[in-house]
Amino acid sequence: MNIVDILISPEGLGLVFLVVFLGSMIVFAVAGKNRPGQNLRGIVAFSRLGKAVGLAVEAGKRLHISLGWGGVSGMQGISGLLGLSVVERIARLASISDRPPVVSSGEGTLGILSQDTLSKTYRTIGEARQYDSGQGRVSGLTPFSYAAGVLPNIYDEQVSATVLAGHFGSEVALIADASERTDGLTLAGSDSIQAQAVMVAAAQEPLIGEELYAAGAYVNAGPLHASSLRAQDIFRWVLVVIILVGAALKLVGLI
Amino acid sequence: MKIPVAAAIAIAFGLVVLAGYFLPLPELVSLRTILVQWSMIIASTALFVGVANLLRVHWFKLRKGGTASAYSFLLIASLLVTLVVVGLYGPTGSWSLWIFNSIQFPIESSLMAILAVVLIYSAARLMRRRMDLFSLLFGMAVLLVLLGSAPIFGIEIPFLYGPDGLRSLIVQIPAVAGARGILLGVALGTIATGLRILIGADRPYGG
Repeated sequence: MNIVDILISPEGLGLVFLVVFLGSMIVFAVAGKNRPGQNLRGIVAFSRLGKAVGLAVEAGKRLHISLGWGGVSGMQGISGLLGLSVVERIARLASISDRPPVVSSGEGTLGILSQDTLSKTYRTIGEARQYDSGQGRVSGLTPFSYAAGVLPNIYDEQVSATVLAGHFGSEVALIADASERTDGLTLAGSDSIQAQAVMVAAAQEPLIGEELYAAGAYVNAGPLHASSLRAQDIFRWVLVVIILVGAALKLVGLI
Repeated sequence: MKIPVAAAIAIAFGLVVLAGYFLPLPELVSLRTILVQWSMIIASTALFVGVANLLRVHWFKLRKGGTASAYSFLLIASLLVTLVVVGLYGPTGSWSLWIFNSIQFPIESSLMAILAVVLIYSAARLMRRRMDLFSLLFGMAVLLVLLGSAPIFGIEIPFLYGPDGLRSLIVQIPAVAGARGILLGVALGTIATGLRILIGADRPYGG
């Protein structure tokens, strides 16, 4: 099999897609180096999150981040890994608080990574004493036991805002409801369609579709977060055009 | 730029696994398979670490006392009893299955039942909190789909119920179209996040 055969195979096209996507991310990152945060449309959820962090620090309350039970492998793992970027930023912003943020997860690997992220963040900002491994918790290992395990975190630990960023199912409504009952802000995003549908009803600030993946850009997690948003926008339009052209060709019987 | 060892190893392994998916080279594919198997073993070990972490958190809660410490005691006792029973009789032993079928399954089913109530309450709260066009559409769609899902007291609502009813139309056309649109965005977001991790821009693995 020569290189051309490989490139025109479905796997090869996938590779080309990834390379072009990565290339555009890097190009946009270099081009937008001196303009961080520019061209980002306003998402109310993220501006409320910024305020919630400030209020929590002032009021001596805690922030709670829930990473779901998706683990780190496969499609559903990515949203949890993205949640870790949010953990890192929130831990930095709330580092002066008396009550450091607490992170809950429903899978062992995510639990370890959440502890590692918190530890690394506190070390980086010279606040290593703030870290306690109990701040990164595994709350349960099945979806419902996880939800049940998260509820005491919200009810008993003076949590003023809960961020749900990861893979969940419909049980996320129980977590969002607990946050509502304690008058806390609930910002919720997931890769799961089922969870997103539930979040629209149950969370104060639901993140729909790819909005969760924009979190890094809005919390200033790095230049590649903003540039990857631009790449996503462009590739979305490309895919929309391909779908429409495909539908039109099918309609006229050409394919 | 100095790249920490952990990051360099993660990036190298990530690239090998990714290349193994796209390039049909036998050596690369077998290396990818080995690395994926290793990751499975590590993930299984992480499960034990997770259980230990759960135990530790609740042990501290128990020592701290208060009303919630009773739940922590119950959790630790259940964990230890289950560990002993499954250790003695195996995961498919009669007592192990009894624990699963008679305790865990009913409890999770009860939570599922509570969830139904919570969802209805949440939908009502949404109307109170954010009364706009989208909330109204959401409420109407929920109501139509619910009413069209099953006959109420044996009465089928005309135009709603059945394969040609309004419920099927909503579920099969706008709902599927919307879900596919959302999935498209999620897929692109997943690719972007995966690539950032692969090139070491995001490092959720330390380093």
